[in-house]
Amino acid sequence: MRLDLVPRPEPSGRMALLSPVIATVLTLAIGAALFLVLGVDPARGLYVYFVEPLTAGWSLVELVVKAAPLALIAVGLALCFRANVWNIGAEGQFTIGAVCGSAIPVLLPDWQSPAVLPLMLLLGLLGGALYGAVPAVLKNRFGASEILTSLMLTYVALLLLDWLVRGPWRDPGSYNFPESVLFSSAATMPVMGEGSRLHWGVLFAPLAALLAYLRLGTSVQGFAIKVTGAAPRAARFSGFSGGAVTLGVFVVSGALAGLAGIVEVAGTIGQLRPTISPGYGFAAIIVAFVGRLHPLGILVAALLLALTYLGGEGAQVTLGLSANVTRLFQGLLLVILLGCDTLIAYRIRFERRGRPAAGEASRG
Amino acid sequence: MADFAIVTAIVLTVITAATPLLLAGIGELVAERAGVLNLGLEGMMAVGAVGGFAGAALTGSTTVGIVSAGLAGLLLAVPFAFLVINLAANQVATGLALTLLGLGASAMFGESFIGKPGLKLPALDIPGLTSIPVVGRIVFGQDALVYISFLLVAAISWFLFRTRAGLMLRAVGDSHDSAHNLGIPVYAVRWAAVLFGGCCAGLGGGYLSLAYTPLWTENMTAGRGWIALALVVFASWLPWRLVVGAYLFGAVAILGFHAQGLGVRVSSQFISMLPYLATIAVLVVISRNKLVLRANTPACLGRPFVPAR
Amino acid sequence: MRIWLRIAAAAAALVLAAGGAGAQEKLKVGFIYVGPHNDGGWSQRHDVARQEIEKALGDKVETTYVENVSEGPDAERVIEQLARAGNKLIFTTSFGFMNPTLKVAQRFKDVKFEHATGFKQAANVATYNARFYEGRYILGQIAAKMSKTGVAGYIGSFPIPEVVMGINAYALGARSINPDFKIKVVWANTWHDPGKEADAAKVLLDQGADIIAQHTDSPAPLQIAAERGAYGFGQASDMIEFAPKNQLTAIIDNWGPYYIERVKAVLDGTWKSHDVWYGIPEGMVQMAPYTNMPDDVKKMAEETEEKIRTGQLHPFAGPIKKQDGSVAAEAGKTIPDSELLGMNYYVEGVEGDLPK
Repeated sequence: MRLDLVPRPEPSGRMALLSPVIATVLTLAIGAALFLVLGVDPARGLYVYFVEPLTAGWSLVELVVKAAPLALIAVGLALCFRANVWNIGAEGQFTIGAVCGSAIPVLLPDWQSPAVLPLMLLLGLLGGALYGAVPAVLKNRFGASEILTSLMLTYVALLLLDWLVRGPWRDPGSYNFPESVLFSSAATMPVMGEGSRLHWGVLFAPLAALLAYLRLGTSVQGFAIKVTGAAPRAARFSGFSGGAVTLGVFVVSGALAGLAGIVEVAGTIGQLRPTISPGYGFAAIIVAFVGRLHPLGILVAALLLALTYLGGEGAQVTLGLSANVTRLFQGLLLVILLGCDTLIAYRIRFERRGRPAAGEASRG
Repeated sequence: MADFAIVTAIVLTVITAATPLLLAGIGELVAERAGVLNLGLEGMMAVGAVGGFAGAALTGSTTVGIVSAGLAGLLLAVPFAFLVINLAANQVATGLALTLLGLGASAMFGESFIGKPGLKLPALDIPGLTSIPVVGRIVFGQDALVYISFLLVAAISWFLFRTRAGLMLRAVGDSHDSAHNLGIPVYAVRWAAVLFGGCCAGLGGGYLSLAYTPLWTENMTAGRGWIALALVVFASWLPWRLVVGAYLFGAVAILGFHAQGLGVRVSSQFISMLPYLATIAVLVVISRNKLVLRANTPACLGRPFVPAR
Repeated sequence: MRIWLRIAAAAAALVLAAGGAGAQEKLKVGFIYVGPHNDGGWSQRHDVARQEIEKALGDKVETTYVENVSEGPDAERVIEQLARAGNKLIFTTSFGFMNPTLKVAQRFKDVKFEHATGFKQAANVATYNARFYEGRYILGQIAAKMSKTGVAGYIGSFPIPEVVMGINAYALGARSINPDFKIKVVWANTWHDPGKEADAAKVLLDQGADIIAQHTDSPAPLQIAAERGAYGFGQASDMIEFAPKNQLTAIIDNWGPYYIERVKAVLDGTWKSHDVWYGIPEGMVQMAPYTNMPDDVKKMAEETEEKIRTGQLHPFAGPIKKQDGSVAAEAGKTIPDSELLGMNYYVEGVEGDLPK
């Protein structure tokens, strides 16, 4: 027996709907088995994991707060991936965006003006965009693989942040502890409602998704991205420059990641610290693929991933499960989702070895 | 003589720092040569580390530890291979998911080994040779995995450029469609390359928990998988350059500590940036030279193969 | 959006009411750890203390913990989750949780918070820390007695005052025995990377140190010391298993008694916010058995420990000179706590520059 993939002439609409169902069933089955092994009632385990976070208002707020940066970054990344451009350095662009935007509250802590926050956001956007442009330029100018340069630049950015908050940007009043000053209210994202964690910055994610959705469908740039990704040669014939597209998508995705960075710092954290992201830039890559590179799918995927984080914490609090189970479970879920999506573009055919064109075991 | 002593000491420390990178890197190099980019290196090293520790702790034999480290890494590579080769899933995303999976699984299985001293891989001691001044301990006094790392590099170098099978593997990485048309079993070659990569990453992790520091703790790989990944590119996919890269990287880290101990102030963050910046620089240089680039970069790196019909 | 918020508020009220009702029977106590609960170091010591609470107070309490929480944006959510799960006393056990703790405390006025190592308090947020430097002074004295080369190696994590004061206390202890004693410091720039810590230890030994102390989490430096036939110390917990013949002693973080005291205070309604800095006298800092040393060294260590316990000896009592020769404390004076908490200079005997 061997397994062959047969490309479908067109992505299967039925599979597009079925694949998440299959993935869910598989995940639930594996999850239930995992809980059984660990001595937890599977029904209760799955409930705590996937349902409980959806039953309380505050956890719904947290879900949105957690999903927003993931979605915002992933929307930009999806543009890259659609154009066959591999930006895996969003974590770095996120970090640089946060650093650039934070320059104002850190260096000018006394400047209180309504202009502060918009300027910070703008600097975050710009910082991310410029940092994102580096791998694009290296690719266009020298042909250096953007997968690798963008990844390397991530580490450079993280170290730069580390140096800043432990060195020149350290709060003089923090007893040498590595953190910047707390941002003033002028430099903090306003929240929707007193004492809530739901800040207005979360709206950037659906806004970006909507814009991407509309532009990708109707604009010339959107067309160029799709053509470049699907058929680079055809794109060249129709006059689209691959280099310009590469630069364009890198700048846009860098800008969105940078925006996510400064929003996270000015919204949820309120200061610069050595760690400002629990791996959002990398998680967003998975989100982009689980959302099938579709701006609206990404919103769903980001909420799903956020749900596993919240569910995992809930499982620790109420079931006493260790954090490792959560990570393992998360990895499994993502692997399954990624695998099942193959069914959309391909038909799977099982062949007996040595006998050509054996009967099809699976009809798509 | 004192100068020799300190040089010997530095070299010995550098060897320890470089070996896990070299082991994981050589496996990844082979996988990438076959066209598969596995970003899950960190996860495979982590399960290798716990596998190695467990194997040695449960049987009392470090040899079993080495074997089980390799097997653990190989085992984690199986779902990855299936997804990216047979199901044509995206390699970048799957590799990242694999990292999560590996770190979670290693932490879960390793829970009972925390806080326990492990067995240390013995250094080979060849009477007479090991006691030769300076060179003796460096060349003849290492543990088995150090020798394995060099043997692997030599073997892979020979295999890739001197054998038919190696040529086939490179062909698969350079153009899977042409390779397929020539009758090369693309799937099988990629499976073998990915599993080999997993096994080597497992050995690299095993080196951490069996030789570097004979203990197990969560996240003990501490980003070494990502550095190994960078080194493969730094080496422009050539095995012997990988040795240079790994040892250079190890040397920079160790010399940084020595400088600190001697009272020289160094900003550790900027030193830590060096390998990444160097990799970018190397990448730019080799990519500029189209001839070198074409000779060594696997053109199909990261692209799934689906046979046309 | 407004309706949505109202639903959220209603749901929150429900959850709170449920939590309130349950609290009558058992006091729920929550913990948040920055690392795994069994990291063999910092977080594990807090988890051991959590278990001690359960052992001491039995069915009066119920404890839960969330581990591996990154000090970034996730911390506030997890602390809130613990508060909403009905925990009335929450221990946040890493410095990076300081501001998130204060933010959540503002919203949950009826929940008491205990934050380790921070410097900001509120009506319902107390802070606590341990004077680990007292133990390090003893380590320094032992090192000076046991070292043959007169040089000790010290692996630091990050140059924050907590670590710097530890180095200084070690140096002061060592030089109270041997005025020429030198301390070489290497910064690993990580709390936890066994490989790096091992590298640092090897480098220090290669540079002439014959005794190693560390302010990082793993037993790797101690293992290396043992391998090379040098001496070392355990950190956070007794690590004698890793070096049966080479560990001299270890500083043990002993949070249990304090945690039990605070839980009892909540139970009988006497809990008040405070900022405490306990040490050997209160039992928050403990010394592992003095092993692998001659009897006279052991006796000296025990005497010093006793003097610190009874308050006869303060490691930072003058005269103390800074590395550059200027005066840090005159004879008869002691460096005050406020200055220790911001310590950003080396004392005499420590080599190299302090990274700023």
